[in-house]
Amino acid sequence: MDRIPILKLGGVLIVTIQVDMHDRLALALEEDLTARIAGTGARGVLIEISALEIVDSFIGRMLDNIAAISRVLDAETVVAGMRPAVAITLVELGLELTGIRTALNVERGLAMIRDRLAEDDDLESARARHDD
Amino acid sequence: MAVDGTAALTQTVAAEEAGIRAAWLALLKAGGSLQTGRIREAELDTQARTVLEQLRDGLAAAGTDVRADAYAALRDTLSEISRSRAIQGFTPTDTANFVFSLKEPVFAAIDRTHGGDPAAATGGTWAASHLLDALGLHTMEVFLAGREEVIGRQGQEIAELSTPVVRLWDGILALPLIGTLDSARTGVVMENLLQAIVDEEAEIAIIDITGVPTVDTLVAQHLLKAIAAARLMGADCIVSGIRPQIAQTMVHLGVELNVVSKSTLADAFALALKRTGRIVTRRQSALSPTAS
Amino acid sequence: MPVTTTEVLPIRTSDDVVRVRQAVRVRAVGIGLGLVDQTKIITAASELARNTLDYGGGGEVRLDVMQEGARRGLRLSFVDQGPGIPDIARALTDHYTTGGGLGLGLGGAKRLSNEFHIESTPGVGTRVTIARWK
Repeated sequence: MDRIPILKLGGVLIVTIQVDMHDRLALALEEDLTARIAGTGARGVLIEISALEIVDSFIGRMLDNIAAISRVLDAETVVAGMRPAVAITLVELGLELTGIRTALNVERGLAMIRDRLAEDDDLESARARHDD
Repeated sequence: MAVDGTAALTQTVAAEEAGIRAAWLALLKAGGSLQTGRIREAELDTQARTVLEQLRDGLAAAGTDVRADAYAALRDTLSEISRSRAIQGFTPTDTANFVFSLKEPVFAAIDRTHGGDPAAATGGTWAASHLLDALGLHTMEVFLAGREEVIGRQGQEIAELSTPVVRLWDGILALPLIGTLDSARTGVVMENLLQAIVDEEAEIAIIDITGVPTVDTLVAQHLLKAIAAARLMGADCIVSGIRPQIAQTMVHLGVELNVVSKSTLADAFALALKRTGRIVTRRQSALSPTAS
Repeated sequence: MPVTTTEVLPIRTSDDVVRVRQAVRVRAVGIGLGLVDQTKIITAASELARNTLDYGGGGEVRLDVMQEGARRGLRLSFVDQGPGIPDIARALTDHYTTGGGLGLGLGGAKRLSNEFHIESTPGVGTRVTIARWK
């Protein structure tokens, strides 16, 4: 069975979904991402979906799950590039995915993740100074 | 008296085609079809010739059953004439008269061919009347369908025109809504806004409802949906210009507009600039010109 | 209502669900639906096809292209011979689910369509019909 490739760039895992996903593929992606976050200690996950023509409740749930799992594993998930028609349909469907952070495109998504990592690092170093 | 009027009619139209056409054209011209200059004489001649030929063929093949396949060519011709006349600005009466005015010449022709046989003449006249009424109604239906199409398109255009999305700054859009919002229009507004967010890569969209007289539950829901959809795409919305009465109504209706809201478009713009990391300051020199 | 084209597709595997989505897209584009309406009907079809597969134990979908005057529409009928739905009103409420889903399938599909009809007999099966008009 084919799987969706996951790229690692710095501390961020990047996934671009470009195929009409059947349910098993979506579940496989959820598992793979969970394993990669845990395995690499990645701090951010960026899921780019501008090629997706529909997001139904199953894929919506997958995105929600990935966001929730990554939060537990101390990583930030950003979904980038959702099409207008898909967004309207999801809202109509009753799936507002309020637990997920979103960005217009990959660039903005990466910037959001970096901002958050920088904040965390500032906190870290502040704490380190405090400890000295 | 089961006289087959169709046979008499078929025979008459075949035999008297030229005479009927001449009389019909004379009637059409007298009726003012050419006066307005919207249609040329040659065009009218061609139309009359085509219609009569196809009527003759239809009669020969399928009698007076205008729904039959044999009448498809005539129906198409009449549809075409009807549609082009709707565009040329003819009234529905003009268009229907094009067909109905064929009655008189046909009746006269039946009288010429079957004058000696009253039963056949009556039958033929009856069949002709029936057939031409059906064809006349067909042109009316097409005429109305053409009009409806025009109205529908205009409605769509108005909806699009009335919802301009303007770019205030890099990454900041404004959607000033004016007039009453109904479901259909709100749908178009929403799509325009979301598409503009993609096109302009806008982080923030300001929906200004200063010009909206009333907001009912349905419209409020539509607005909330648009805001939720924008968020899914990665953009934030600010609503500005909610008038006190509207705020009151919404609270009474139990609608919770759980959004970022500013009283004026200017305030919303200032917030948008701040959120995108920009500050607006007055130049010092403008206030206190320094002597040099 | 005059039906101009009909197509029947099986729903036996999750790949079939993808195929249903693709077939619905072709038809939706064919009748000239706008992008948002296309997305809505495809999403609704995806939800219902998955219901047919997961709760109905598989079945089939019929796609009808309809023409009424100048209006064109797409009607989808999902049929299964599964256990049926004992309480349809309850199944239509959001977040009600007997499977592992979010429970948005039926209610969501209803909101995404212009017409929605469901009939179900426990022990016999379920038929859900939706339509979207241009």
